[in-house]
Amino acid sequence: MISIFQEMLSYPFLVRAFIVGVLVSLCASLLGVSLVLKRYSMIGDGLSHVSFGALSVAMALGVAPLKLSLPVVTIVAVILLRIGKGRMKSDAAIAVISSGSLGIGVIVTSLTTGMTVDVCGYMFGSLLAMSKEDVVLSIALSIIVIVIFIICYNRLFAVTFDESFAKASGVKVAVYNMLLAILTAVTIVLGMRMMGAMLISSLIIFPALTSMRLFGSFKAVIVSSAVISLICFFIGIICSFQYSTPTGASIVGVNLIVLFLAVIVEKIRKGRLA
Amino acid sequence: MLLTCDKVTFGYENKAVISDISLQVDEGEYLCIVGENGAGKSTLLKGILGLIKPMSGNIVFGDQVKNASIGYLPQQTDAQKEFPATVMEVVLSGCLKQKGFISFYNKKDKETALANMRKLGVDHLKKASFRNLSGGQQQRVLIARALCATDKLLVLDEPVTGLDPTGTTELYEVLRNLNEVYGTAIIMVSHDVRGSLPEVKRVLHISFDRVFYGTAKEYRESAFGKQFLGGAQE
Repeated sequence: MISIFQEMLSYPFLVRAFIVGVLVSLCASLLGVSLVLKRYSMIGDGLSHVSFGALSVAMALGVAPLKLSLPVVTIVAVILLRIGKGRMKSDAAIAVISSGSLGIGVIVTSLTTGMTVDVCGYMFGSLLAMSKEDVVLSIALSIIVIVIFIICYNRLFAVTFDESFAKASGVKVAVYNMLLAILTAVTIVLGMRMMGAMLISSLIIFPALTSMRLFGSFKAVIVSSAVISLICFFIGIICSFQYSTPTGASIVGVNLIVLFLAVIVEKIRKGRLA
Repeated sequence: MLLTCDKVTFGYENKAVISDISLQVDEGEYLCIVGENGAGKSTLLKGILGLIKPMSGNIVFGDQVKNASIGYLPQQTDAQKEFPATVMEVVLSGCLKQKGFISFYNKKDKETALANMRKLGVDHLKKASFRNLSGGQQQRVLIARALCATDKLLVLDEPVTGLDPTGTTELYEVLRNLNEVYGTAIIMVSHDVRGSLPEVKRVLHISFDRVFYGTAKEYRESAFGKQFLGGAQE
């Protein structure tokens, strides 16, 4: 295992993938707990499809992918939150936006470059995707996401647990919901190249779901979510390297196994209590 | 005086939901707001909490209660029932009010939280997970959280809904204790008119076409109260 690891670190592109992967996994797992509890999981999924659309358009135009998808996805995140309150049911709105942008992405790609191996990489993740510039931007943005999360931790808890009470306490609930959506958008764009558009939302949802089965305190759930996310990332990326499977899919596979184990642990514990 | 409403009208998008409500809440008050569904009880509550602005009339708060310091118990949401958080974490979140953008809790917050848990008899549960508590225990934890915001005025939205009879009785006991021993004023919206009537001092009954405001005894003897209580009995 260690020798594989050493071999992997001798490739600069893998080192880049490692750094970005660790940071994105951290961001995604931290935000994921709030998103899952607030029933916002689908927003993450919708946004990843939007970022695929944005990426395809960026490629066709010859623009740097991150620079275009970052603002586009952030704006859509804000719009999705707004729609959620309006007449259109939010799950339907997300479905419209997500399949719509996926459709646009595929049309644009097939008209320009055609469905190539690259496109497969966008969809299911690739280790080769990160350029040096991407890495610097990713590191900066993920650190910002993590710092904001820590500073606002208690308020995010209050807004997640009970919006009505938080509102009556003078917490600007709408602002924090917006903050959550924007941080999620940033995380998704950063993680998309590696995880793939189809799979990035799993990075947000799985560790949170797993941890909620295991722990009864919010802090423990957050910490465990971060730890589980990192462990699954490492195992997944090593498998991906060893067996040449797509990175995103491998990480999702590991996460799925861990979730399954957590469900079993929960069942056993409940059985003992009852 | 903690709170005075002078002929206030609340509504949404220029459509009045309730109009010309006048009431006064003093220290030690225990007011129950009853009425048909859709008559505007929740709207009035939102107005008192400052979440919506009155369309006309005035709400004046006493010096002890500035607008931002009402202890509030909202109706529980489904998400909360499976929420992974300890009792301590939940109660502490009531202390957020005084914090700035960087919101970490200090020792004093933790002491306040513990003191309020003791008042409600849930301090032994502080490390327990909120989702594993009974409905009655959950409500008491949420009241402890509300008390962290203030111990002067509590606003409760349907506190006994969904509780079993034992839980309901216990919750009323807890509230009576808060009101009588600690002098906390309570405003409560309730469907459980018959259960809450013996507990409360004053009743505000909002109906679509008329309003009753008076002591619990007056309410029981009024034609209005008799009709509503009788109607509820069927």
